[in-house]
Amino acid sequence: MTMLKLNSAAELEALRAKILAGRDPAKPCIAVCAGAACDGMDSAAVACAFLAEVGRQQLGERLELRTTGCHGYCERGPNVVVTPGEICYFEVAPADVPEIVAATLRGEVVERLVYHDPASGAKAVHMNEVPFYKHQTRLLIGDNPKIDPMKIDDYLAVGGYAALIKALTEMTPDQVLDEVKRANLRGRGGGGFPAGSKWETTRNAPEKIKYVIVNGHEGESAAFMDRAMLTGNPHKVLEGLIIGAYAIGAQRGFMYTRHDMPLLEKHVRNALAQAKEYGLLGENILGSGFSLEVELHFDVGIFVSGESSALMRSIEGNAPEPRPKYVRTSVSGIWDKPSNLNNVETWANVPQIISRGAEWFTSIGSEKSRGTKLISLSGNVVNSGVVEVPMGTPLRTLVFDIGGGVRDGKTLKAIHFGGAMGGSIPARLIDAPLDFDGMSKLGAPIGAGGLLLMDEDTDMVEVARYLMDFLTKESCGKCVPCREGMQQMLQTLTRLTEGRGRQGDLELLEDLVEVTGLGSLCALGKTSGDPLKSMFRYFRPEYEARISNQAANQAADQAAAGSGDTK
Amino acid sequence: MSEIVLNIDGKEVAASAGMTVLQAAQQADIHIPTLCHHEKLEAYGGCRLCIVEVEARGRKSYVVSCLYPVEPGIVVRTRSEKVDKIRKVLVEELMAHAPDAPELVRLAEEYGADRHRFDKETSFCVLCGLCVRYCDEVKHKNAVGFIENGAVREISFIPEIAAKECWSCQECFTLCPTSYAQAAYLLTEALAFPGRREAHSHAHAHATPEPERRVIPITPVAATA
Amino acid sequence: MCEQKIDAIIEKYRGQPGSLIHALVEIQHENHWLPREVLQRLADALEVSFSQVMQIASFYKTFSLTPKGRHEVHVCSGMTCHLRGAAKLLARVEEITGLKAGETDADSRFTLETGACLGSCSIAPELIVDGKHYGRMTPDQAEAVLKSYE
Repeated sequence: MTMLKLNSAAELEALRAKILAGRDPAKPCIAVCAGAACDGMDSAAVACAFLAEVGRQQLGERLELRTTGCHGYCERGPNVVVTPGEICYFEVAPADVPEIVAATLRGEVVERLVYHDPASGAKAVHMNEVPFYKHQTRLLIGDNPKIDPMKIDDYLAVGGYAALIKALTEMTPDQVLDEVKRANLRGRGGGGFPAGSKWETTRNAPEKIKYVIVNGHEGESAAFMDRAMLTGNPHKVLEGLIIGAYAIGAQRGFMYTRHDMPLLEKHVRNALAQAKEYGLLGENILGSGFSLEVELHFDVGIFVSGESSALMRSIEGNAPEPRPKYVRTSVSGIWDKPSNLNNVETWANVPQIISRGAEWFTSIGSEKSRGTKLISLSGNVVNSGVVEVPMGTPLRTLVFDIGGGVRDGKTLKAIHFGGAMGGSIPARLIDAPLDFDGMSKLGAPIGAGGLLLMDEDTDMVEVARYLMDFLTKESCGKCVPCREGMQQMLQTLTRLTEGRGRQGDLELLEDLVEVTGLGSLCALGKTSGDPLKSMFRYFRPEYEARISNQAANQAADQAAAGSGDTK
Repeated sequence: MSEIVLNIDGKEVAASAGMTVLQAAQQADIHIPTLCHHEKLEAYGGCRLCIVEVEARGRKSYVVSCLYPVEPGIVVRTRSEKVDKIRKVLVEELMAHAPDAPELVRLAEEYGADRHRFDKETSFCVLCGLCVRYCDEVKHKNAVGFIENGAVREISFIPEIAAKECWSCQECFTLCPTSYAQAAYLLTEALAFPGRREAHSHAHAHATPEPERRVIPITPVAATA
Repeated sequence: MCEQKIDAIIEKYRGQPGSLIHALVEIQHENHWLPREVLQRLADALEVSFSQVMQIASFYKTFSLTPKGRHEVHVCSGMTCHLRGAAKLLARVEEITGLKAGETDADSRFTLETGACLGSCSIAPELIVDGKHYGRMTPDQAEAVLKSYE
């Protein structure tokens, strides 16, 4: 089907009305999750089985099938959600498919596949009853089960691109910028820097040519929410980007994302092409006079390329070496032009801020951290997955109510935030609220939003060694403190874990953390010591014990060797 | 050009807009140590030895002076307890690779660095990139480049280009703080186009030696533990 | 190796130095490794110095400067995989294949890689062979999976 270019907001609304008129909300729809984890559990076979069953019984008129992005509850995939009613089926196998189809046609539920409470056995049928979902506020990720990411019409059917219409037809760029500033939208990529101020800097920079960039690199280990967002609902991110470009006055946009997720690439490419066909990208968008081209770029598998200035070098086609930020990239970025970079989740927040207003947005969350936050919940947790909660939600809600606590009946030892440049806090701080500034003060900044539970058996020295090993491989190697300092920290931590600790190792590590933090060129090196800092703050005895035990053992060994000689 | 006055080590220093703190300091005869800096090359910010303390708008930060632009009224301290500590540890880190490089030995003395603090891994190269950048920016030959990333990063002569270009140049040898550029080149020569040196010396056995085809003596290495 | 496809990629980006990474990704994808001779031709076509091509090709882990085996085995070493037993899984995979990360066996059957969290942390630890994900792998299951690849 060829699509027609839309020349005005009215034409887009007419199209939306037509799409909705062709859809019967009462017609059952079976949505099969094809998110990264479900895909890994062969959800494709489940989707195929549904297709075969519907074909065999010729049910096309009575039943809708949809392959979607991540639903969220990855631990229990493959996930299937049946509407109306948002009936959730978990761990669905191809063999379960005929039963689900039959029950759906009869308006019944397959009881054995719904959620059962592990303790009481109580059932939860609908999404809003399932503990994993019911404590969440799914403003960003909630549309995922309703959308086939390959179909722009599905996004239009849930109200997509209405915010763009509002921005282009009812607001000036300054008004859009002002709305985002008043919403106090803070960057979701790690820094928590106010997006509005960043936009303003780029907007006010003297150069006429300006760029906007989606950072979809998501290099933080055990962070997977941005992929879930971008793969599952690419148009939401794109809509945010177009609105941002309008406010900033940018003519060209870049989506920078991972090369190793074939589905992600396919969906984003397709979204860009469909948006272009509808005239939502390109020349004179919806007849507004505003034009924007967006192209897709890929990281090629190294963490530092997610660092903003390194990312921009990479888009230029150069080695992704960061450059010192004495001039900000928002003033001088790609090809030395003002370049505004925000991450996937930040952009995804923009459409709802424009549609529903800054007042609505600031009514959600905590005082200095507004809105919701996507969290990748994993590690030694019962229910891992993609979670969305209002900022300010106590960690206890995330860990226990949503996450179901620690796996295998163990107790919680630590909560780790922010991947290899984040930090670990002890279980006793479980009532801390999820808040940019609060978590930073505790030494476990939210980062992009990867939350890991660590159980009682976790060796914190080994965790630090593991994280440092990860980072040394991801360093670009340009500056001395990052390249050499991290290597020396890794060697020292490796010695500790292997039982070869020396007196003075902790002081050595502290020196290296300090010098690497102060001296390094980019954020990778500057924050590489943060996990260790948090360890020294909360788990120091564990490190001290390693050294004193090891030093004692070595002394004993030497004594034993000595006495052997005299015999 | 507009004059900017800043304070470096208690001294009022005049500089022009667009200059870096390092340039302003050098102009005022204030010494800041550098390893990867070269006036003919674009500032690189790799060795971080030129780090200084800057107080601007009431905020103290640590910046590398080779890249930090001068601003009116900023207060720069080229030495402080913290600055010295950073330099000391950086020198110690580099001495794990090149324990006897003369410049590092001198810096170690000045900053009290312990050359044995870290286990030796004598690769000799400190990855200052002078050879790579000089070959690129001044000679436009790109006969030597960086390969790999992080701790395994190396410089590497590209035999195809080196065979054509290096013989008559070899200018990077004298820039190298550790003599490693020369060693790497000779190794490339031996592996990729051996025999050239002998052929050349036979052909020119009786001719006056041409000055540009020199091999600079490698700095004598003191015996280290 | 499909010379024509590689030539087409090189031609597509001729004269575009900024497209170096795109070209390298496409050649890697097509050919599974980057022969030096191809890189040389690419440098000439894109008007980029060969040393810059080498810098980028060796910088990124995605690119391979040596031929890979018929099957690419990836053991995820992301943080959740690590916490959920990736080290034991990797040890067994190393034992079965006789390889360390980054190596290819003499018969070119397997290339073993570790690294990059692929974001399917809920099904950790994970083994990925030729892009196919095998979630919640025990060392014994991994043995069975690898046997099915010749």
